[in-house]
Amino acid sequence: MAAHLKKRVYEEFTKVVQQQHEDLSAKKLRLTKPSKSAALHVDLCKATSPADALQYLLQFARKPVEVESVEGVVRILLEHYYKENDASVRLKIASLLGLLSKTPGFSPDCIMDDAINTLQNEKSHQVLAQLLDTLLVIGTKLTENPSVRMRLVEVACKHLTDSSHGVRNKCLQLIGCLGPVEKGVAKEAESQAAKDVQKIIGDHFNDQDPRVRTAAIKAMLQLHERGLKLQQAIYGQACKLLADDYEQVRSAAVQLIWVLSQLYPESIVPIPSSNEEIRLVDDAFGKICHMVSDGSWVVRVQAAKLLGSMQQVSSHFLEQTLDKKLMSDLRRKRTAHERAKELYSSGEFSSGRKWGDDAPKEEIDTGAVNLIESGACGAFVHGLEDEMYEVRIAAVEALCMLAQSSPSFAEKCLDFLVDMFNDEIEEVRLQSIHTMRKISNNITLREDQLDTVLAVLEDSSRDIREALHELLCCTNVSTKEGIHLALVELLKNLTKYPTDRESIWKCLKFLGSRHPTLVLPLVPELLSTHPFFDTPEPDMDDPAYIAVLVLIFNAAKSCPTMPALFSDHTFRHYAYLRDSLSHLVPPLRLPGRKLVSSPVSPSITPHEDPSQQFLHQSLERVYNLQHLDPQGIQELLEFTIRDLQRLGELQSELAGMADFTATYLQCQLLLIKALQEKLWNVAAPLYLKQNALASAAAKQILEETYKMEFMYSGVESRQVVIIHHMRLQAKALQLIVTARTTRGVEPLFGMCEKFLQEVDSFQRCFISELPQMQGSFVDKLLDLMPRLVTSKPSEVVKILQTTLRQSTFLHLPLPEQLHRASANIIEPTGESDNPLRFTSGLVVALDVDATLEHVQDPQGTVKVQVLYPDGQAQLIHPKPADFRNPGPGRHRLITQVYLSHTAWTDI
Amino acid sequence: MPEIKVTPLGAGQDVGRSCILVSIAGKNVMLDCGMHMGYNDDRRFPDFSYITQNGRLTDFLDCVIISHFHLDHCGALPYFSEMVGYDGPIYMTHPTKAICPILLEDYRKITVDKKGETNFFTSQMIKDCMKKVVAVHLHQTVQVDEELEIKAYYAGHVLGAAMFQIKVGCESVVYTGDYNMTPDRHLGAAWIDKCRPDLLITESTYATTIRDSKRCRERDFLKKVHETVERGGKVLIPVFALGRAQELCILLETFWERMNLKAPIYFSTGLTEKANHYYKLFITWTNQKIRKTFVQRNMFEFKHIKAFDRAFADNPGPMVVFATPGMLHAGQSLQIFRKWAGNEKNMVIMPGYCVQGTVGHKILSGQRKLEMEGRQILEVKMQVEYMSFSAHADAKGIMQLIRQAEPRNVLLVHGEAKKMEFLKQKIEQEFHVNCYMPANGETTTIFTNPSIPVDISLGLLKRETAIDAKKPKLMHGTLIMKDNSFRLVSPEQALKELGLAEHQLRFTCRVHIQDPRKEHETVLRVYNHLKGVLKDYSVQHLPDGSITVESILIQATAHLEDQGTKVLLVSWTYQDEELGSYLTSLLKKGLPQSTS
Repeated sequence: MAAHLKKRVYEEFTKVVQQQHEDLSAKKLRLTKPSKSAALHVDLCKATSPADALQYLLQFARKPVEVESVEGVVRILLEHYYKENDASVRLKIASLLGLLSKTPGFSPDCIMDDAINTLQNEKSHQVLAQLLDTLLVIGTKLTENPSVRMRLVEVACKHLTDSSHGVRNKCLQLIGCLGPVEKGVAKEAESQAAKDVQKIIGDHFNDQDPRVRTAAIKAMLQLHERGLKLQQAIYGQACKLLADDYEQVRSAAVQLIWVLSQLYPESIVPIPSSNEEIRLVDDAFGKICHMVSDGSWVVRVQAAKLLGSMQQVSSHFLEQTLDKKLMSDLRRKRTAHERAKELYSSGEFSSGRKWGDDAPKEEIDTGAVNLIESGACGAFVHGLEDEMYEVRIAAVEALCMLAQSSPSFAEKCLDFLVDMFNDEIEEVRLQSIHTMRKISNNITLREDQLDTVLAVLEDSSRDIREALHELLCCTNVSTKEGIHLALVELLKNLTKYPTDRESIWKCLKFLGSRHPTLVLPLVPELLSTHPFFDTPEPDMDDPAYIAVLVLIFNAAKSCPTMPALFSDHTFRHYAYLRDSLSHLVPPLRLPGRKLVSSPVSPSITPHEDPSQQFLHQSLERVYNLQHLDPQGIQELLEFTIRDLQRLGELQSELAGMADFTATYLQCQLLLIKALQEKLWNVAAPLYLKQNALASAAAKQILEETYKMEFMYSGVESRQVVIIHHMRLQAKALQLIVTARTTRGVEPLFGMCEKFLQEVDSFQRCFISELPQMQGSFVDKLLDLMPRLVTSKPSEVVKILQTTLRQSTFLHLPLPEQLHRASANIIEPTGESDNPLRFTSGLVVALDVDATLEHVQDPQGTVKVQVLYPDGQAQLIHPKPADFRNPGPGRHRLITQVYLSHTAWTDI
Repeated sequence: MPEIKVTPLGAGQDVGRSCILVSIAGKNVMLDCGMHMGYNDDRRFPDFSYITQNGRLTDFLDCVIISHFHLDHCGALPYFSEMVGYDGPIYMTHPTKAICPILLEDYRKITVDKKGETNFFTSQMIKDCMKKVVAVHLHQTVQVDEELEIKAYYAGHVLGAAMFQIKVGCESVVYTGDYNMTPDRHLGAAWIDKCRPDLLITESTYATTIRDSKRCRERDFLKKVHETVERGGKVLIPVFALGRAQELCILLETFWERMNLKAPIYFSTGLTEKANHYYKLFITWTNQKIRKTFVQRNMFEFKHIKAFDRAFADNPGPMVVFATPGMLHAGQSLQIFRKWAGNEKNMVIMPGYCVQGTVGHKILSGQRKLEMEGRQILEVKMQVEYMSFSAHADAKGIMQLIRQAEPRNVLLVHGEAKKMEFLKQKIEQEFHVNCYMPANGETTTIFTNPSIPVDISLGLLKRETAIDAKKPKLMHGTLIMKDNSFRLVSPEQALKELGLAEHQLRFTCRVHIQDPRKEHETVLRVYNHLKGVLKDYSVQHLPDGSITVESILIQATAHLEDQGTKVLLVSWTYQDEELGSYLTSLLKKGLPQSTS
């Protein structure tokens, strides 16, 4: 065999030589640029054994192939495919074909026929499966071509009867990915086989191999994803698959049932073994609930997850999921939750439990008890008690989603969520706290529930405590005792973990402003005032006292009678806190204390519209008055910038917008000022001094434009183009200034060329935006481009100077939402009295705690810089896990930075 | 008909003294060998004379399986193996093998040393007995002998508890022992695959109870302890040394860790230290949380829980103490209780059931003044709490296990008769399987329908099964039963092997049809008719005027006397009997009137 191959190779080589003589010009090209295919061909021909050939192919697969040579390579591969006897080599070739068809820019329709042909004669099941996989790749690249798809589906249908599961698997996958989705488009005449893909796939739901069954269900789901409306008829089949022996089949079947329940929520299905009928979504819900107690945890996770998204289910089914129907010795028993509720509503508190407090009450009719087929009964109770935490998390998530859509369910699931606060795994606890926060609008906590919630405040995990603070920020408490309890627990938390200060104050702020009427009766007690006696003045720096005051002041904001209860020092403290912690203490209207009360109270009735209006008006003013004298423009700009900055300070919602525009106007102002300089009129040697201003302006503009581009979130391409345009202008300015100051032409050449390149790239990047930039600098520049390219640097500079002066001022459209990205380091605080000491050469860890506002993708972009006293700087990339996301647009970085330094002296 | 016989010697409609005899396909297996807590006479051990009156037990039993280390499942083991006499293998899981002797020794000490009984097994007997034990791993298939194999599944309940599958050929029995379907702080939930046994023998302690979620109880427990400790009170938790004690330790330990509490927790020493050591070792038998975190820290390496010393009871300040025994009837727990009972800041939490007559039962039922020995009156001012931490599956759990295993028959043991009755009815109603609940000594016989494996030659299989394997198909072959094995081979091969000559059997049948037309026209009509009806078969019209359907030949001749009647000759071999008889019946019905 080897000898034969060798002979063939020589033969071919001699042939090539002969041809070279005949057609020299064509061959020459080939010789100068030896193509991949030729190399591969030679390699493969050299191969003496299948193992060798396999090695060559493996090596070949590692290198990318250019688009142009793909087809050639494919031809070579196919040629070898036909000759090859060894299945493993054929398999590799088949997989390479698939790999090559993926090459971007290559259209694989030319090789499809060959691939299909090879299928006909293939005997090995593995190779067949691989070929079908290749066809799948080809098909997915040619999705727009219905006839190709049709053909591939037909091929797949033909091989569905194969005895190997791998082949059937791939066939089903192919049908799922390529089967016709649109009804009617597939013409009747075209093929009978491909007409009803659903039926074909459905037939394989009963395949003998579980892998094929799974593939069939997956293919069905794939069809659904591609937009085919699945028939309701398969619901029954899918239900049978739920009892399959294999977990992957059950898992996929659960998904299929879920899809069907979303498609046909309202259709009616009969309940087997009785003649009742229920809605399909309810039936499916019951079935999926049943799967929450499946034997395999993968299925349980899947089922628990899907339950969350079944919002159309009727409420009595939903509420069953939380009811396990307890009984003890055949007598109905109430759950601990029910007992707690009853105890609470009867007005007395648990007086130490008696034995048999939970003694079962009424007898149950034995016939009526249904132990297993109760469908939804207790599904969540099971899910939340599961042994795998993955299932528990999924159940909590599902609970959250269902509770968000149904207030009554939210009320009911509260007890269960509160129970989850005691889970053994922190992730689950955290998840349940977050869930509780999300549904807190719908619920009011009972006192006993609040008690359990507050107990978690002592948790040693910071994440848990902070999540709980967030939760308390938005909970509704029903009684004044509840508020008192919360305050007491929070203060306890404060003494135990002093680092939680900020978070606790913030929490109390919201607690106060949400429950002013409940705080009111507590005020005398909290401030420890006495009707007759003066009490000692508390320590103003005590964080606990500040916490109490934050609660009271925030409650007082909407409760005008409260200040009457304050004692003198309270007012003084108010004034102090209003200044020092203005973000926590709101302005109050205090009677008889005009001096203390702040004169403006903008936040009581926020006028959003007027300020927004103001912003737009001032901007319009600037944009409209373009042909004012330079002096006038400058003044107007200065005023507007000042206005905008002030507006930003007053209105925090508009701060980003105002800052952004102010920066832009500032750039414009700098540009105008720089162009107004006298230096342009003076002879070159004299303006050495003045040019400092112009070049400084150029530099500053450059810096500001970078800030505008990267420091705000919500910047759209419309803004980016204007920012880039401004930067281009600044660069032009820089060029002019350098041209005027440097002698000699040599350096200018380089600079000019660079600038022209930038203009060019600007044009390429923003070609679509150019029409909107009539009369702008770049517009004019592009008109002059042909001239610029050919002219000398000095001329270029001249042209630039004039265009820069003549160009108009571009209108900066404002995006919907614009926020300035900012970071605030909470820890370490700047002015620490005790410096950090560490031994040189060793490492010390420093805790860093910072909040990031409106930073997109902080994991990738945020770094921590450490500046050592000797001026060395070190950039540290925090771990992605160190970023937490407590709310939209906000991130929290809690990380450790390792410091290390060798010894140094100042000398 | 093959049958499985089950006879409970103990635990039949009763709790305690678990001991079940199973005969399956000629093999005898004893499941568990426990003692009864309620009796102090001969009734405390199962009546082994039932098995055999004379002769050694070893000859009658193929193996003994112990499900877990509780004494009501293994307490009679030394008596059984050493005093009655059994030398065969005893199977149990590794943790059970490790902990079981500790408990047996403890049990022996109490009966012999404290109660002064004689004629009881000795320490040496326990050791000798343990030498006969073979330890098994989870999901490990152990071949007891050539035919009998057993396999352990995880059962929760206590460390090392297992369910066992006993299999002989195609027949199998699953014995659950005690199991728990809800996970707790240190163990996972019981799990079994869809093994579809012929019989599932399940415990049914909580046959009529559906329990509340465990979380409420845990939360209550922690809250109570926490509050008492915060007030500066002392908490006493009387426990039995193994099982629940470890669960509660973990619960308190993690809570202390989470809440950063400083109050000390003590555990009265003795048994527990040894047992805790084993808990640390058998991490694979614990729940997900402990298994995942043991690399950083083994949860049983308690940070906050220290060994108790008698002197500590008088220390000031808050503390939590676990003390044995669990019912406050004697020992350390009672001593501590007497010291602390007078202070209303203190608390005692009873985590389990208390037998009537014990101090535990008295205080739980609300008695505030206790008469101690010596006419002493003890006034109980401390708070008394009850909290049930039980590790048996409830009714729902039992049903869930049955659903998972899909048995063909269910047998209930380890429960009260009245409660079993209810569960039995439910099981029959919801799974449509037979359910049995024999009393002690009563034999239940279950008939099985095992499938018998037959070897088939590959050639025959390939030839006979078409590509479309979905439809049931009739298969022809010869079954050879020889040397205890079954083989299905092709007829040719069978003939060759047996040295017989082949005989052909051919059926021929004449069918008369009224048709005045010519012969070949009739043939054509018949041909068209058959082609229309038998779409799945190849129907051919041969040039010599005959028709073949597969290998069946049909020829038509005119009747000698009556030209209007045609005689169709149908001929088929024995192998085509099915199709042939169908064809004749088809033809006998006559041809349809118009066959255009």
